[in-house]
This record gives sequence, C-alpha cells and structure tokens, in this order.
Amino acid sequence: MHAPLPPAAPLLTLERITKRFGPHTAVDGVSLDLAAGEVFCLLGPSGCGKSTLLRLVAGFEAPDAGAIRLDGADLTALPPHRRPVNMMFQSYALFPHMSVAANVGYGLKGLGLSRKQAAERIAGLMKLVRLEGFETRRPEKLSGGQRQRVALARALAREPKLLLLDEPLGALDRTLREETQGELRAIQRRLGTGFVVVTHDPEEAMALADRIGVMERGRLVQVGPARDLYERPASRFVAGLLGDVNLIEGRLGPDAPGGIRTVETALGAIRASGEGAAGAAVVVAVRPERLVVGGAEGLPGTLRGTLVEQTFLGDRIRARITMADGSVLRASAALPMAGPMPAVGAPVTVAIPADAARVLPA
Amino acid sequence: MSGRLARLFVRGLPLVWLVLFFLVPFAVTLKISFSSPATAQPPYLPVIDWQGGLEGWREFLEALDFQNYRMIAEDALYRDAALSSLGYAGLATAILALIGTPTAYAMARASARWQPILVALVIVPFWTSFLIRVYAWIAILKPEGLLNGALMKLGLIASPLPILDSPYGVLIGLTYAYLPFMVLPLYAVMSRLDPTLLEAAADLGAGRRRAFFTLTLPLALPGLAAGALLCFIPMVGEFIIPDLLGGSDTLMLGRVLWSEFFSNRDWPLASAVAVLLLILIVGPVVLFREAELRREEAAEGRGR
Repeated sequence: MHAPLPPAAPLLTLERITKRFGPHTAVDGVSLDLAAGEVFCLLGPSGCGKSTLLRLVAGFEAPDAGAIRLDGADLTALPPHRRPVNMMFQSYALFPHMSVAANVGYGLKGLGLSRKQAAERIAGLMKLVRLEGFETRRPEKLSGGQRQRVALARALAREPKLLLLDEPLGALDRTLREETQGELRAIQRRLGTGFVVVTHDPEEAMALADRIGVMERGRLVQVGPARDLYERPASRFVAGLLGDVNLIEGRLGPDAPGGIRTVETALGAIRASGEGAAGAAVVVAVRPERLVVGGAEGLPGTLRGTLVEQTFLGDRIRARITMADGSVLRASAALPMAGPMPAVGAPVTVAIPADAARVLPA
Repeated sequence: MSGRLARLFVRGLPLVWLVLFFLVPFAVTLKISFSSPATAQPPYLPVIDWQGGLEGWREFLEALDFQNYRMIAEDALYRDAALSSLGYAGLATAILALIGTPTAYAMARASARWQPILVALVIVPFWTSFLIRVYAWIAILKPEGLLNGALMKLGLIASPLPILDSPYGVLIGLTYAYLPFMVLPLYAVMSRLDPTLLEAAADLGAGRRRAFFTLTLPLALPGLAAGALLCFIPMVGEFIIPDLLGGSDTLMLGRVLWSEFFSNRDWPLASAVAVLLLILIVGPVVLFREAELRREEAAEGRGR
C-alpha cells in the first residue's frame, strides 16, 4: 500500500506555490513531490486551501508565486485546456444537455483519434465504470452514484497522467461511499494514473491514499502515509484531524537515551517519545485506544482516575475517565474484551505505554 | 375558507384580465371585421339592435359577411404588406440574435461588480420616451445627419447615403428599439449558467470558442427563444418605426392598418387587417411551442 518515499522521479512537482485572494493567503508556500501512479490525499478542514491548491494544478487559478511541473515540463503558465491533467469536480459538472456518451467523449476532440477509435475509447470507459447500456441517457436520469462514475469516466477519457479529484465521494451517501472508495482504488491501480484527491474526511483519506498531506491555513503541515500521520503526528492539529486524541499539557524533562522522555504533567509523570528542549511547554498526545484501563497496578506511568461514563458502540466500548486534577481522558477498547470492564463510578488505573505517547509542541 | 377564496382570486384574476382586455376587444374587432363600412356613427353596419329580439339578431347575423377578407385576399397590397412585415421582423430578429448573444455573453462573463451596472445600462434607454428615441434616429440617419456626416468626414463615402426613408432605416430602428428585449432574457439564462461547466469544458481541452458553441449557446437556447418571440411579435405589427424611419413606400401591416383606420375611416377593413396580423403573430408562436414540445419529447425519448 505504501509508495516508495520520497518519489525518485516525481510526476508532479509543486515548488513553493503561493496564492492570495486579496489580503487572504489561500495557499502559502506549498512544496510537494508526487510519484507516478501515486494516490495523494490533501486533507484539511474547509477553507484550508486544499481545493485552491487543486485548482492551481488544474489551471483555473494562477499562482502568485512558485512553479508547477509535470514530468519535468513547466505547467505554471499554461491555460487549463492545454494541461495534461484532468479534474473530477465535486459537483461532477456533467453537461446537462448531452448524453452520457457525449459527456464522456467530450474531451476526445482534438486528440487526433478517428471516429472508430473514439467510439472504442468511450466503450472502454463505460465498461471501466460499469455503465454499459447507459450511453444515451441524460445525466438528469441517473442516480448520484452513476453520475459520479460518468464524471470519473469523462475525466479519464483523455488518459491524463494525473487526475485531480475534488471531494470525489462527498455527494454520495455513506454506504455507497465505502463501496465507491474500493472501486476508485481498483480503477486507479488498473490504470496507474496519479491521483490527487482533496477531502475533508480523514477516513476517506486513509482509505484511498498512499500518502496524505495535511493542510492547515494554506500550509502543508505534514506529509506521510496514513499510519505515520496517525501514530506520529507533528502537531496537535494533525493529531486531532486524523482521529480522537487525548492531549495532556506538561513540561518536557531532560534528554534521555532511546528518545523516551519524561513529561511532568498535572496527572503525574508520563513517559513519551519526541523531541524538544528540556523545560519546554509541551502536550502529550495519546490515542484513546492506546490507554490501558484497569490492571497494571503500580507500574511506572500509571495514573489514577474515576470511570464516569461508558458507551457501547458494537465493535468497541468508549469510556470517559475523570482524573485527579479534574481533567477527562477518553479511552476506547475493542470488543470483545479480555477482562471485565470496570463499572461506572469505580476508581480505575490508567497506564500510558511510552510508545503510545507522543510529545508535541504546545 | 379564506385560503380557498384567496386561491380562487389569484387564479381567477389573470383570467378575468384576459377576458376583459383581450377576449372581449378581440370579439368586438372580429365582429366589426365582418361588417360593412358606412357613413354613420359608428362608421359600420350592422349594429346590434338590443331591442330587436330574435328577429333583430337574425337580421344582424345575415348582414355580416366575409367581404373584407375577400378584399384582403384579392388585393396584393395586403399580401405584400404581410410578407414584408414578416420579412422585416424576421430579419431584425436574426440581427438582434447576432448582436444580442455576444452582448449578453459579455455581460454574463463580466465581474460580479460590473454586472448590475451593465444591466442598468441596458435598461436606461427606457427612461426616455420611445417616440423621442425614434425621432432622435431621424437626426442620426438623415442625409445631412450625424452618421452620414461622420462617414463623409472619414472619407468612406463621397455623398450621403439614403439610409433614412429606406428599408435600412427601418432595420436599424427595429434593431435599436428591441435590443434590450433580446439581451435581457439571454443574459438571465447565461448568468445563471453554472461556471463549473465551463471549467469542466476547459479542463477537457476545449478552448473558449468550443466551450461557447457546445455549452453556453445550447444551454442559452431557451433565453434566445424567449428573446426572439419578445422581439418578433411586436415588430410584425410595428407602426412608429416604419412610419418615421421607413419613408412613405415602406409596406408594413401596422401602417396599412393605421391608414385604413384613420385615413380611409374603413373600420371593418382595418379590423380585418388586425385579425390577419393576429393570425400572423399567433402562427409562429404556435409553431415555436410545437417545436419546444417535440424537442422536450425527443429528449425524454432519448432518455428512456
């Protein structure tokens, strides 16, 4: 699943791209290399600049600074219709007055294909997205999932080296979304086209991407495979974006061999991995499922609290634990559990394994 | 209860309006068109005798005939006037479509700040009386007018062109006067066009030209059709523009109607011409509606 890192001969190179809208800097000095055939997800909340970055690559916006290169060729000054990239729009932007086949074939004009070749290309795409038999329909007569597939086929028709997908699954309902994620991934693997996917949904990013780039206020703050980002986030923002996390404020202890540091917190001393100057204000980030609740009495790093709430979620159970200083930790355990879960109101011990705790800048 | 009354009122009011101000006057006109001219007050016969009872009605109906329509059919003047009216209106509509489409397109693509200003500029001429604006064109088009003066100053022509009192004057006047009615419906449709459709076209390799002819224009066709009808219908019956800019030999039904009514005081014949005018106008509208329906049905059929 993981692509080689970093790409040896990049397909797409973004070099310190900056885009301003008036006083607002939408994209702020983003640099990025993408490997051929890679699926890269730009993840971030709305307004973080991820869609603008995609539109810059497509050519709908011109950067104020920086360069965009594809396969070594500079795209920065090219208008959208001359760029060898294609885009799948969030709204799909299907042409309402044209049939499905005419939509899919729209981009084939000017490629030098014969009538027969074009027809074959369209037929192949219809097969790829499983829409055979729908060629003569109008988009308005299709379901949401079918429209999404027409949009995908249309964007793939010119056989782009790079496909840009803006929230490709955003308009689909939940069950359809999961099914379509798998399909999208399968089509991408078959064609080997590079994908840049914009999404605000971390689950979608983790399901689709070889690598994820997290954007915050116009900056690309961390890039890596989903697992790296989840387990070793670089900031509280990234930690919180990819899933639920406990953040415990504290002060970093002295440097220690093996990279495991001690952080003095209001809960007690916590051992965690990470860097920083001794004495710096930091937060310790721990995923709820890595908290060990109950047992392990007296181990180093064991904290005390009271279980105040339990929520049964089918495949796991979620608990809230009030600590001695009044702060609340969230824990989560997979079901079925090995031992019994303590009852609500019972005093519990909470252990934080050193490899589960990350030191992050406060 | 009051809700139902309100609904009845809302639905009934347009109907009452149409009956009162369209159907009744049309019935009166139709009746007069079957009458004969007379030196009387009113200047036609027969007149309904409300006291005459059944016998009076019989006499009244027997006195009606198709004589005026026979006259229209036999006299080439009316046929020529009808054809020439349709010709002027059709040609002017085509010119309006050619000028109005790029104008509306430019307006729709202007920045959001400029669009209301441009719309206001299209509407501004309505603040001046229609008659005055057409009069102003006389000053522009006449032999020693602004246009000829400018063309001669530029050395493009040696002597003034006879634009005023010619078919060109009529076409220029029609085009000028009706342009807003073509531009506004087109602009309304084009400005509501989803801009991501044009981005998608560009993304798929289409330049601006291809995007315009494959997306903007086909999707703006309803606006073009509405604009064409809004212009064509009143232009067929236009009287002021051919009268002021077209010279005495310009044949248009509006002028024929006027002279039958005011110069010849032949109300029955004028009424018959008015009925003919209505048929000429209703014809294209019905044909257009039919074509629209067929197009929709075809789209539905293909969809199945």
